[in-house]
Amino acid sequence: MEASFYHAKTRYPGIFGWLFTTDHKRIGLLYLISTLSFFAVGVSLGLTMRLELIRSGMHIISAQAYNAIFTIHGVVMVFLFIIPGIPASLGNFIMPLQIGARDVAFPKINILSWWLFITGGAVVITSLFTGGGPLDTGWTFYIPYSVRTGTNVSLAVFGVFLIGLSSTLTGMNFLTTIFRLRAPGMTWKRMTLFTWAIYATSWIQLLATPVLAITLLLIIIERFFGVGFFDPAKGGDPILFEHMFWIYSHPAVYIMIVPAMGAVTDIIPVFSRKNIFGYTAIAASSLAIAFVGYLVWGHHMFTSGMSDTARIIFSFLTFLVAVPSGVKVYSWIASLYKGSITLGAPLLYTLGFIFLFSIGGLTGLIQGALATNLHVHGTYFIVAHFHYVIFGGAVMGFFAGLHYWYPKMFGKMYEEHLAKLAWVFLFIGFNMLYFSMFVLGWEGMPRRYYDYLPRFNGPNLVSTIGSWVLTMGLIIMFYNLIHSLYSGANAGDNPWGAASLEWQTSSPPPTENFKDIPVVTKGPYDFK
Amino acid sequence: MNETAHIEHRDYVGAKLGMWLFLFTEILLFGGMFLVYSVYRAVNTADFHEAGMEMNVTIGAVNTLILLTSSLTMALSISAIKNNAKMRSVLFQAVTIVLGIAFLVNKYFEWADHIRHGFYPDSPKLLAMSHGKILFFGLYYVMTGIHALHVVIGISIIGFVLILTLRDSVSGTDYVKLENTGLFWHIVDVIWIYLFPLFYLIL
Amino acid sequence: MEQKQEERVHVPTQVFVIVWIALLCLTGLTIKAAQMKMGEWSMVANIAIASVKASLVLWFFMHLKYEKRLFKLLIFVPIITVSIIIVLTFFDIWYR
Repeated sequence: MEASFYHAKTRYPGIFGWLFTTDHKRIGLLYLISTLSFFAVGVSLGLTMRLELIRSGMHIISAQAYNAIFTIHGVVMVFLFIIPGIPASLGNFIMPLQIGARDVAFPKINILSWWLFITGGAVVITSLFTGGGPLDTGWTFYIPYSVRTGTNVSLAVFGVFLIGLSSTLTGMNFLTTIFRLRAPGMTWKRMTLFTWAIYATSWIQLLATPVLAITLLLIIIERFFGVGFFDPAKGGDPILFEHMFWIYSHPAVYIMIVPAMGAVTDIIPVFSRKNIFGYTAIAASSLAIAFVGYLVWGHHMFTSGMSDTARIIFSFLTFLVAVPSGVKVYSWIASLYKGSITLGAPLLYTLGFIFLFSIGGLTGLIQGALATNLHVHGTYFIVAHFHYVIFGGAVMGFFAGLHYWYPKMFGKMYEEHLAKLAWVFLFIGFNMLYFSMFVLGWEGMPRRYYDYLPRFNGPNLVSTIGSWVLTMGLIIMFYNLIHSLYSGANAGDNPWGAASLEWQTSSPPPTENFKDIPVVTKGPYDFK
Repeated sequence: MNETAHIEHRDYVGAKLGMWLFLFTEILLFGGMFLVYSVYRAVNTADFHEAGMEMNVTIGAVNTLILLTSSLTMALSISAIKNNAKMRSVLFQAVTIVLGIAFLVNKYFEWADHIRHGFYPDSPKLLAMSHGKILFFGLYYVMTGIHALHVVIGISIIGFVLILTLRDSVSGTDYVKLENTGLFWHIVDVIWIYLFPLFYLIL
Repeated sequence: MEQKQEERVHVPTQVFVIVWIALLCLTGLTIKAAQMKMGEWSMVANIAIASVKASLVLWFFMHLKYEKRLFKLLIFVPIITVSIIIVLTFFDIWYR
C-alpha cells in the first residue's frame, strides 16, 4: 500500500517540504489554509461593522475607521478569500485527480502562484500599518478619491496586483492541464462538471485579470505622476476608470460562483444516486456564463453618467446572463427529482446553496432593470444581493465541496450531526443578517455609511444578531472539520460510492495520485 | 513515493500552449491601454493630431525597423538550434539582445528630448495645453513605458536563455525554452507594431 | 501519457527573410499612408497595415502556421475579447 502524499519524501525537510512543494495536493492545502485564514480576518471585520451598526447614533469606532474597515473587509474577502477560493484550493487538489493526471502542467508555476498570493496578501496587510494608514476607498478604488486620499493606496493596490498575477498564472496552468493531461479515454464529455467549471473559470482568470492589473497600475501611476487619465481637469474621464475596473470585476464574480456551481453539480448525482440531468447543457452553461459575463459590466455603473444607449444595452445583456444560471438551477432540480436521496451534509449545504443563490440571482434581475436600479443603487439592497450570491452561493458551495471532498483530502470523516447543526445556525443566521438588508435597502438606507436614521433601527438590530448566529455556525462547522482531522473515523477510498476518478484512488491519495494511470471507459456519474 | 521523481516527462506542445496562453494575458494588458487610447482619441481627435506633430517619425521608424529585425534574428536563432548550430544560435540571440538595447537607447534619447522640452506628466507647460495634448503625452509615456519595461524583461530572459544554450541546457533536442522566449519577444514586437502608427503617424 | 515525437518543422531561412522584407516594406507603406494626410482614414489604413504586419509575425515568426489547429483557433479568443470590450465601452463614449 503506497504511502499517502502527506508522508512523501520531499526535496526539502519539514515545513519547507510544504512551502516549496510542487505537489498540487499540498499546494491546494496551502491555499486552503491561507484563504480560510483570510476569511477569518474578513469575518472579524464584518462583525465589527455589524457591531458599529447595531443602533443608530451609537458608535464604537470613528467614521474614518469604519471607512477603512469596510474597505479592508471587501479587499480581503474578494481578493484574498473568494477569488482564489475554490479554484486554488479544491480546484488544485481535486481537478488533476478527476482528469486522471499525476499533477498540473506546470507544478513549479503552481507553487510560484501561491507565493505570489501570499506575498500580495502580506503587502496588503503591511499597507494597513504603514504610510498613510489603511485605505478607505472601498474595495472598488474609485477615482478621484483613490488618487486624492492620503491613505496607503499604492502599496495596497500593488499587493492586489500581485494576487492578480497569481490568479492569472493559475488560470493558465489549469487550462494547459485540462487540454494536455487528461487520462486515456477521458474525453471532454467524460470530464466531471466540476472540472468543466474549473475550465471555464480558468478562462476568466486568464483573460479578465490583466485588465485589473493595468487598472491598478494606472491608479499607482496617477498617484505618483498625475498623468490625468481619469482627471477631468486634464481631460480625463472618471467613468472610464469605472469601465476598466468593472471590465475585470464583473467577470471576477463568475470566477467566484462558477466553481461553486461545479462543486454542487458533482455532489447532486452522488447523493441522489442518479446520473446528472442535462450534462451538456450544464457544461455549455459554464462556458456561456464565462462568455456573457464579459458583456455586462456596465450594470455596476447605471447611475454614473453613462450614456442611455449604453445603459439599455448593458441592462439587456444582464438579463441574458441570467439564462445559463437558470439552466443550471433547473438541471439540478431535475437531477434530484425521483432520485434516491441521502441528505448528507454535502447535499444539505448544496440545497442551501441553491435556495440562497436563487434569491441572490433573482434580486440581481431587479438590479439589472434600469428603473429599479436607480432606486436601489448604493443602498443595502445591493449589499444584500451580492452577499446572497457570493456568501449564500459561492461560499456555501465551497462549504458543500469541503464536506464532500473532506474524506478524500484528509482520509477521515467529519462528524455528520455537527455538520448539520452548523448548517442550521449558518442558514438561520445568514438570512437574519442579510434578508434584513434587502428591507433596509428598499427603504432607502445607503451603504458604506457608519451611521443611519433611527427609522432603520429594527432591521439593523436583527442583522447584527444574525451575524452572531452565523458566526456561531461557522465556529461549529470549522470546529467539526478541524477536530475530525484527529478524531474522525477513517474514511475509505470511496465513502460516497461516487463514480468520478478521484474516488478510484486512496484517501488521501499517494503523491503520484494513481498507481497506474486509469483508462476511462464511462462517464463521471455513471453508477452502474 | 519520492516527490522529486514525478512529472519528469516533457510535454513540448503543453509548454508552448502555456506560453501562448500567457501571451494572451499580455494582449489583454495592453488591450486595456489601447482602450484608454481609443477613447481619448475619439473624444479629442484634433488635439491628438496636433500633439502628434511633436513626435519624431524618424526615431519611431528606426525603432520599428530595429524591433522587426530583432524578431528575424530571434526566429533565426531558433532555426539554428534546431539544426544543432549552437554558436550560430548564440550569435543570433546576442544580436537580438543588442538590437533590443539599441531600441532602449533610442527611447532614452527620445524621452530625454521630450522632457527637456517640457513635455512630461504634470509639467507646467503641458498643463497649459489642451486636454487632448495632455492625454496624448500621458498615453505616450505610459504605453511606451510599459512596452519598454517588457523590452527590458525580454532582453533579460534572452540573456538567461543564451547562457542555457551555451551550457547545452537548450539544445537541438530540447529547445522549447528558446522557442517560448522567442514567442515573448515577438509579442513585444507586435505591440510596438501597433504603437508606432498610433503615436508617430498621426500627422 | 507518452508524447509521440512531435513533428519538428524546419522553416527555411529564406521564408523568414522574405517575411522580414515584407514587414519593412509594409512599414514604409504605412508611413506613406500617414503622409497622405487623409485625416482619420489614415488611422484606419494604418491599423489595417499594422494588422497585416502583426499577422505576418504571428503566422511565420511565431510559428502559428505550423502549429496545431487548436493554437490557430485560440488566438482569436483574446482578439475578440479586446474587441468586445472596446465596442461596448464606445456605446457609452459615443452616445454621451
